[in-house]
Amino acid sequence: MTLNQQFCEMNLSDGKGSMSSVSSVVSSAGWRAADVVADNQFPAGLRVLVVDDDTTCLLVLEKTLRACQYEVTKCNRAEIALSLLREKKNGYDIVLSDVHMPDMDGFKLLEHIGLEMDLPVIMMSVDAGKDVVMKGVTHGACDYLIKPVRIEALKNIWQHVVRKRKNEWKDLEQSGSIEDGDRPQKQAEDADYSSSVNEGNWRNSKKRKDEEEEVEERDDSSTLKKPRVVWSVELHQQFVAAVNQLGIDKAVPKKILELMNVPGLTRENVASHLQKYRLYLRRLSGVSQHQPNLSNSYINPHEATFGPMASLNGLDYQTLSVTAQLPAQSLATLQAAGFGRSNTNPGVSMPLVDQRNLFSFENPKLRFGDGQQQQMSSNKQMNLLHGIPTTMETKQLANLHHSAQSFGTMNMQVNAHGGQRSQSNSFLMQMGQPQSRGQILSETSGEKVLRLPSTMEQPILSSGLAGGVLSRNGIGQNGRAAGYPPVSQTSATLNLPINHAAEFPSNSFPIRSTPGICNLTSKGAFQEEDNSDIKGSAGFIPSYDIFTDLQQHKTHGWELQNVGLTFDPSQLSNSRQTNIDATSLVLDSQGFSSSQSGRNGNASVVNKSLYSAGVGTQLVNAENVGQRLNNLHVDNSIRVKAERVPDPSCPTTLFPEQFGQEDLMSALLRQQQGSMGPAENEFDFDGYSMDNIPV
Amino acid sequence: RQVSLIRQSLFDQGFLDEQFIQLEELGDDANPNFVEEVVSLYYRDSVRLIHNLEQALEKSPLDYNKLDEYMHQFKGSSSSIGAKKVKAECTQFKEFCMAEYREGCMRTFQQVKREYTTLKKKLEAYFQV
Repeated sequence: MTLNQQFCEMNLSDGKGSMSSVSSVVSSAGWRAADVVADNQFPAGLRVLVVDDDTTCLLVLEKTLRACQYEVTKCNRAEIALSLLREKKNGYDIVLSDVHMPDMDGFKLLEHIGLEMDLPVIMMSVDAGKDVVMKGVTHGACDYLIKPVRIEALKNIWQHVVRKRKNEWKDLEQSGSIEDGDRPQKQAEDADYSSSVNEGNWRNSKKRKDEEEEVEERDDSSTLKKPRVVWSVELHQQFVAAVNQLGIDKAVPKKILELMNVPGLTRENVASHLQKYRLYLRRLSGVSQHQPNLSNSYINPHEATFGPMASLNGLDYQTLSVTAQLPAQSLATLQAAGFGRSNTNPGVSMPLVDQRNLFSFENPKLRFGDGQQQQMSSNKQMNLLHGIPTTMETKQLANLHHSAQSFGTMNMQVNAHGGQRSQSNSFLMQMGQPQSRGQILSETSGEKVLRLPSTMEQPILSSGLAGGVLSRNGIGQNGRAAGYPPVSQTSATLNLPINHAAEFPSNSFPIRSTPGICNLTSKGAFQEEDNSDIKGSAGFIPSYDIFTDLQQHKTHGWELQNVGLTFDPSQLSNSRQTNIDATSLVLDSQGFSSSQSGRNGNASVVNKSLYSAGVGTQLVNAENVGQRLNNLHVDNSIRVKAERVPDPSCPTTLFPEQFGQEDLMSALLRQQQGSMGPAENEFDFDGYSMDNIPV
Repeated sequence: RQVSLIRQSLFDQGFLDEQFIQLEELGDDANPNFVEEVVSLYYRDSVRLIHNLEQALEKSPLDYNKLDEYMHQFKGSSSSIGAKKVKAECTQFKEFCMAEYREGCMRTFQQVKREYTTLKKKLEAYFQV
């Protein structure tokens, strides 16, 4: 086995195809698999990105790293670092970041990187307190160095890169069978680290090893040279569903793998993903301090609030908000929310707890047609998304960029993901809606009703985006999925079964990011099978598996009434209503169910638009929205819209009473029909592929 | 040589620590005066931090979190050039911040500034030789 082989990871998400960064290192540094350690050249040429706001420290670090013969890129802002990393997906091997930075907390950056690029990250600080170091560990840093950083400490950082690759490779080889028993390696290596956290390192390395496993589809990897496996939204949903089914305590990789029944997925993949998921859950429940923003943000009714959603990670909301319809604001909000990016509150990673809050906020915000709430029936919907670390979602959301028109469905889409993450859904919903429009109210407690902004003037594509956003947010926020908790169990429902067949190729979304958390693969995002349109949209929904799932129910999918989060398209209606706030699912179901009535066609359209709109908070005009909203949140949001959507175009009557999403959807759809059209779908998803997401 | 004597005394008197030595070792043909460059950058950059601290210390009541944050940055910067005494005072300052001991903070800050200025003079003299 050569390292080369190892490096041929299949990275579904990475459009760049094939080689992982290691590979690139290999090529750039001239590594040879077997010789990696023996090679005199290695680790020379290791591509390091160092981030520190202090210019003096940065200069010293750069010089020290150069003295180790590494290829160094320095930057003094976390945002810049992220964009550099995103631009050159495989351009760096390892990242060194300071803990305290003014524009973004080092740990947040760490999470982003972990979710999006999954590179080894070393934290640095002049502070050596146990708590801070522990934080590094829990956030997934592979090491923690005390400043001033000595050259001896830097001379060893390459081990993290090798370790990671090795683990990935191992997954390749052992996919399916082994117990991760033999990761013996290198744990002892920490010993000669000059870092101060040897023990932490050990644990970190171990953790990393586990984490690495998610990629690699063994058989094909060497030949396919695809980027490593990405936990798409859909895949993640399936994963969560399986975990929920087994019970979080009893969920072991092997059983999860069996339940998921995804060809090509290895036990190692699942194991490492599980580990991340657990981390995420833990973080969600335990780390609430970071999230204050989220809640606050959410509360902000209108656009600004989406900030918290930021957890979405880097979803580029802009992409999402492509649709013209989306009010710029919503986009901004979404972005902010989704990505925690600069726009808004960066800190969104809210732990689940917060997510709940979010939903509550959302409620106020989301309020769609207040009356409608009921319609939204399962308020639960809102929670749909949470749970799912949205890295994926955000990406998906980004992809969602909705076609302006289509958006009606969009929100739904987002919700789709949300199923699990109710939170996300709620967020999505929020996002989707143009701020002022009917915000989607997601009730935290499960009834989150997503209210889609009803601004009806223009169809607001709350759909996809909203949904996606929400999901993302929900998930993203916590970075690692802690989002699940509220929904947690329900998340299973969200699984957008890969079966959706109709859907879009799940692989379409290279959402690679989230290392562990919900890479909700976009699998066929829309379940829409029924909606032929959806298919069309397949293009766009890619990232949201949820959607696809939602689609499934096609007409009745939406009926999920209680779905709450169950994404399960098939189940939509309740299959799993599990914990996941039904709300989120409910959204889906609700919105959709109503729309179900025959509108499928419309719905699909709507959905499509939603998705394309990504953020389309708009109108989820009932039907379409409902339908597409892939279940989860989308529905909610859609519903909300339906209710609210006072769209002039939509028959007003639709809303309030019926809400049947169908009506709304249809109304929306009608409006949008013209605009939407399958074509819309197309573009939405293009955006999803993570690669496309503009950073 | 005089240079080495001066240098040695800086270490002996605790003004500098081994980080400074590392900086010296980082100099090469391309950057023969790397240490000097870094020290200059430090003194240039830290003016802003000192200023922030001074302003924050004039407020009433004191925002200890902000103070701690500023000082943390300053400490990091100082440690990267090997400014031993300055760093020690920074640590002390941070402790007083944690304890929210205003008097202690004010007093220690004066010491920080004093050490900072003293070191600057000494290094300037050293580099000139």
